[in-house]
Amino acid sequence: MTTTATTPTRTFKFSWTDSFLWAIRVMAIFVIVWGFIGAIALGLEGNGLSAEAWKQLIVSGVAQGSMYGLLALGYSMVYGVLGFINFAHGEVFMVGAMVGFFAADALFEAGLWEANFILSIFIVLLVAMFTSTFTAVLIEKIAYQPLRNAPRLIPLITSIGISFFIQNAVQLLVGPAVKTYPAPPSWLSDPVNILGFQIPGTILLVVFLAAVSMVGLWLFVERSATGRAMRAVAEDKEIAALMGINVDRVIVMTFAVGGAMAGVAALLWALMFRSVSFITGFLPGIKAFTAAVLGGIGNIVGAMVGGLLLGLFESLGPNVILRGLSWQIPLALGIVLLAAGVATVVGGRAMKRNGVVVLGAAAILMGLTGVAGFTIVIPGLSQLKDVVAFTALVLVLIFRPAGLFGEQLGREDRA
Amino acid sequence: MPMLDIQHLTKSFGGVQALNDLDFHVDKGEIVSVIGPNGAGKTSFFNTVTGYFSPDEGQILFNGVNISGHEPHEITELGIARTFQNVRLFPDMTVLENVMVAQHCRTTTGIFGTLLNTRSFRREEAQIEANAKDVLSFFGKRLQGYRWDQPASVLSYANRRRLEIARAMATEPELILLDEPTAGMNPKETAELTDLIRQLRDDRGYTVVLIEHEMRVVRDVSDRVVVLDHGEKIAEGDFETVSHNPDVIEAYLGRPAEHTDE
Amino acid sequence: MTDTLERTSESEAPSPNPVDWSKVQKWGSLGGLTMSFIAAIGMVAALDKRIIISPWLSLGFITLLWVPVAYGYIAATEKASDGSPPPVKGARDIISGLVTGLISGALFALFIVIIDAVDLTDVFRNLGPKLVELLTFGLGLGAASVIWIVGSGLLGLIGGALKVVRPTVRRVVSSAAMGVFGVALLELIVTDISQGLHIEFVTDWLYAINGGLTTISAIVVAILFGLLGLRSDDRTLTQRRLDRMNLEPQVLVRRNAIAAAITIAAVIFLPMILGGLTNELLANVGLFVLMGLGLNIVVGSAGLLDLGYVAFFAVGAYTTAILTSPLSPTWTPELTLNFLSWEGWLILAIVLVMAAIAGLFIGTPVIKLRGDYLAIVTLGFGEIVRILFLSDWLSPYFGGAQGITNIPSAALGPVEIKGTNSQAMFYLIAAFVAIAIYVSWRLQKSRTGRAWTALREDEDVAEAMGINTTASKLTAFVTGAMFASIAGMLFAAKVGSIFPSSFKLLVSIIILVIVIVGGMGSIPGVIIGAIVLIGILGGPTQPGLLQEFGQFKLLIYGALLVVMMLKRPEGLWPSLRRQRELHHDEMSQDSWLQGTSYQTGGVPEDEQGGTRYTDDAAPIQDGDG
Repeated sequence: MTTTATTPTRTFKFSWTDSFLWAIRVMAIFVIVWGFIGAIALGLEGNGLSAEAWKQLIVSGVAQGSMYGLLALGYSMVYGVLGFINFAHGEVFMVGAMVGFFAADALFEAGLWEANFILSIFIVLLVAMFTSTFTAVLIEKIAYQPLRNAPRLIPLITSIGISFFIQNAVQLLVGPAVKTYPAPPSWLSDPVNILGFQIPGTILLVVFLAAVSMVGLWLFVERSATGRAMRAVAEDKEIAALMGINVDRVIVMTFAVGGAMAGVAALLWALMFRSVSFITGFLPGIKAFTAAVLGGIGNIVGAMVGGLLLGLFESLGPNVILRGLSWQIPLALGIVLLAAGVATVVGGRAMKRNGVVVLGAAAILMGLTGVAGFTIVIPGLSQLKDVVAFTALVLVLIFRPAGLFGEQLGREDRA
Repeated sequence: MPMLDIQHLTKSFGGVQALNDLDFHVDKGEIVSVIGPNGAGKTSFFNTVTGYFSPDEGQILFNGVNISGHEPHEITELGIARTFQNVRLFPDMTVLENVMVAQHCRTTTGIFGTLLNTRSFRREEAQIEANAKDVLSFFGKRLQGYRWDQPASVLSYANRRRLEIARAMATEPELILLDEPTAGMNPKETAELTDLIRQLRDDRGYTVVLIEHEMRVVRDVSDRVVVLDHGEKIAEGDFETVSHNPDVIEAYLGRPAEHTDE
Repeated sequence: MTDTLERTSESEAPSPNPVDWSKVQKWGSLGGLTMSFIAAIGMVAALDKRIIISPWLSLGFITLLWVPVAYGYIAATEKASDGSPPPVKGARDIISGLVTGLISGALFALFIVIIDAVDLTDVFRNLGPKLVELLTFGLGLGAASVIWIVGSGLLGLIGGALKVVRPTVRRVVSSAAMGVFGVALLELIVTDISQGLHIEFVTDWLYAINGGLTTISAIVVAILFGLLGLRSDDRTLTQRRLDRMNLEPQVLVRRNAIAAAITIAAVIFLPMILGGLTNELLANVGLFVLMGLGLNIVVGSAGLLDLGYVAFFAVGAYTTAILTSPLSPTWTPELTLNFLSWEGWLILAIVLVMAAIAGLFIGTPVIKLRGDYLAIVTLGFGEIVRILFLSDWLSPYFGGAQGITNIPSAALGPVEIKGTNSQAMFYLIAAFVAIAIYVSWRLQKSRTGRAWTALREDEDVAEAMGINTTASKLTAFVTGAMFASIAGMLFAAKVGSIFPSSFKLLVSIIILVIVIVGGMGSIPGVIIGAIVLIGILGGPTQPGLLQEFGQFKLLIYGALLVVMMLKRPEGLWPSLRRQRELHHDEMSQDSWLQGTSYQTGGVPEDEQGGTRYTDDAAPIQDGDG
């Protein structure tokens, strides 16, 4: 037997799937970096986005992101405790927004909306929260409770069915037309100047409400007895039950809290977009789920941060990155990038650092683009907003399924 | 050249050292037992050899080829088969299908052959079935006749363990790794299986490595015993030598106040 | 009302066979809510025009009237909420049913009173005076309330009584009821067939002028079907299955062969006697069978929940459109989908290759993900594909929202198979379905199929068996994709113009419902699922036999998905494997009780006496070694 310490000498294995995944990584980095630099360069050249437009995009990204964050909490907490994707959570949010609309409409008719807007908003908030909580708990009681020990895909399919059912039930009950919330008073919707950002008051209210709910929820989970029980159940249901925790009650609480947060998110949606219809829940739901995975599913703080990141990405994605692709990389820069890229790839291979190789490969692609003078001009950017969101979903789930801050899952769900 | 030659194998999970600079070899035609207290790294050792974990350091040479870092299915194809500590069958598949699946890596017919129902496909299917029945006949009448068509989930515990071994045999390996093959069996079944393990080598020509807690089995079948503790090899040799080794007794019983040979 | 009930329950507590009031209360209130919900979504009003028995019973009211019967039956049947042993059948069941019905009726009457008092049309668009008028039969509120309460009480009583009566009676009653309902519902198809057979006089007599059975014909049909119910035996479903499995293999093969022959004959001859409308339905069913079989390989065999399955349908349709349509932007090779010339086969080959590429492109990155993440990522891909086809950016290639029009129809040599000629279209689709069934069937019992099953059951162990999990999963994914792309090709040739809106997530979900309702992994299950769901309710854009259900079908699909998952996850026609898995306990017990075993092969003598679970107690007599 040899006595010298051996390092693992692996036979080089070529795998199509892995190469494909690396290629996707390279492409993603290439497109994002090119688009981002391109957008800045276009802006400096004076035919891209103005500084003002950038600020607007960031502000709206943060506002939408905080809404996604609140919604993501519902996905995250349920996944943490029960280990399945509650696909119907988007519908819980939609029902809250829908019933909230009828409350707001009634208040408007009664004149209270204009007389005392803050009180009205508060009432609408309570109505939306109550509806969403009630819906979430009802779904859990009827559909999920009997499936406690079923394989993971069974409750997922069930939740898809529920989502479908609720969407269509709402459409049949209240009609397919888009409902529009009454406008907020002008003193609120007028922009305020904060640190050079022109921010409408409604957006400030949105961010404020989201922050308050987040802090409240965080305190609830970290400090209260119920919150402790929730964390225990998420960690290990059997042991929690042995410790005398009523697991079923805690699971219902989880749905209730998630539902309440969805209710708050519904009001934020109403403040930002004012319109609601039976399909309102689908896209925000999917995006919020992405945010939950991005932040690390089961992780409460992660959900909020994931929401903000996703909101920003979604807001900047089409307008900045896709627009930036129309910027032609100058020939000189292209040559430099090409040379630097090749060097990085070689260096990366020598260091056996795949990440470095990927960066190098992306640089080579950018260099080639510059040398070839290639650009991509995309008409109708706003149509691709959802493509950007879904691409984010795909990339996050494929490359970062454990999220940025780590998953917090129970023992049995980690496998 | 040993059939399996492991050099400086190291694997850790977080802070836990599952395997620590482990040297280990198995010669062709040997039956080697791996023993050690719970958590000694025995199953981690199996998982690393069969490619479920990739080692942090060291290499695994199988017939002179370094197999560390290969996928489990490639390792099976190279000729190492294994069973699982907590019996893992395909519960909805029949007994016969369970064994037929294991012939996967020894057969080649693809979708087109299947669809065209070519002669080579039919011959291969017949061969797979014949091989599966042959392997099952190794266990006498236990897994014969009507049992072929029963789903694996209705089998008794001992029969499940037998079926798992049959499945490992059906992959046509050179080396079989058995993870606690007699766990949960009664004394009579254990004695029967002990004989079978010996027959695995004597009649069928496999080389066998087994993890075992039942010392009687270890004594009866092993040519050589390797003792692990905290991922390190603390003793090696025939059963008599090892069982009197003070380090081994200490690993199993803790440091005694005064030490006497039993 | 609650108080009264509770007091009654206390006073009756000492009686030996008490009614479980909490259960009755629960199902009664649920019944009232269900009826109100059905009325509120507008189902009663919308389906009122569809007559079942002329002139007094419409489909609209049936959507309400089944509730007290079913809930009354459930309230009488369901295990007691306190877990006490089921009491002897008897008057208590009938009372349970009656009171359940009464509560439902009372709540529903209350609902009518409320919508009469308050006009809620601002919020719930259906809850207006029109609905009140319909539900009060033009009588006063008071009279209508009494009718609803008494009527639904009686229906509940029938439901409870169904529990008490002998199985034969139950079978006769349900057979008669289902017969009348079925014959009335299938009016379209029955008329169609009788016209084909030139026996119109039957349908002329059977159906009233404005649709529906006449009272007399309904009675006759009820009697006929009742007799039919009397003829069938008392075996339960499980027993039937058990018996079927006990059959000699030769008998089983013969039976299957006969069934297959009948099916093939029906597929060949039925379209000839059917009218265009029914053939159209059948053609649509065929398309969904094709896609269902494909998804069945992905979900049922390999266990990969693909929610973006519609993407491959879209790829097939767009590839065909681009290859054939003279109006497709940028590329116009203008081939024809003629299967007697090389062009048709070239199109088919290109479609399959494109599907394989798309399958690999989507499959490769997702294949190693956890099951539920895979579902969401494929959903994402499906939406990305649709939005890209829709976008202005790619509209120079795919036509954007305007889609691609003027797709020429398929052909066989000089014979053109126009999309409007649904009979020819059906034969074309049926040919491909036959191929798909053959492929699924061959794959299921082959090396590849076994590897898929192994993967679904335990991935780690499958890997230890030498199965390359990544390659196997990708094979399943791509095979499924190819099925969908062929469906897409036929779809494009059939409808003549395609738009991105035909390829929504909805389509994926409906195919999933077909597979789940039929039974995952079961080929006949998928076919039956498609016939029942697409044929009767209709596809995402295609109307079914019950066109009136159009606006409600998605709601029903959603509800079906939930109910199936909760009550019967193995589907209506599960594969033998799952059937075995779910019922081996009962079956081994049954056979043990009957002193027979359901074994099929040769039995070792030393083990014949034992039951299934104690085989190892048998003495070891193996002398081999």
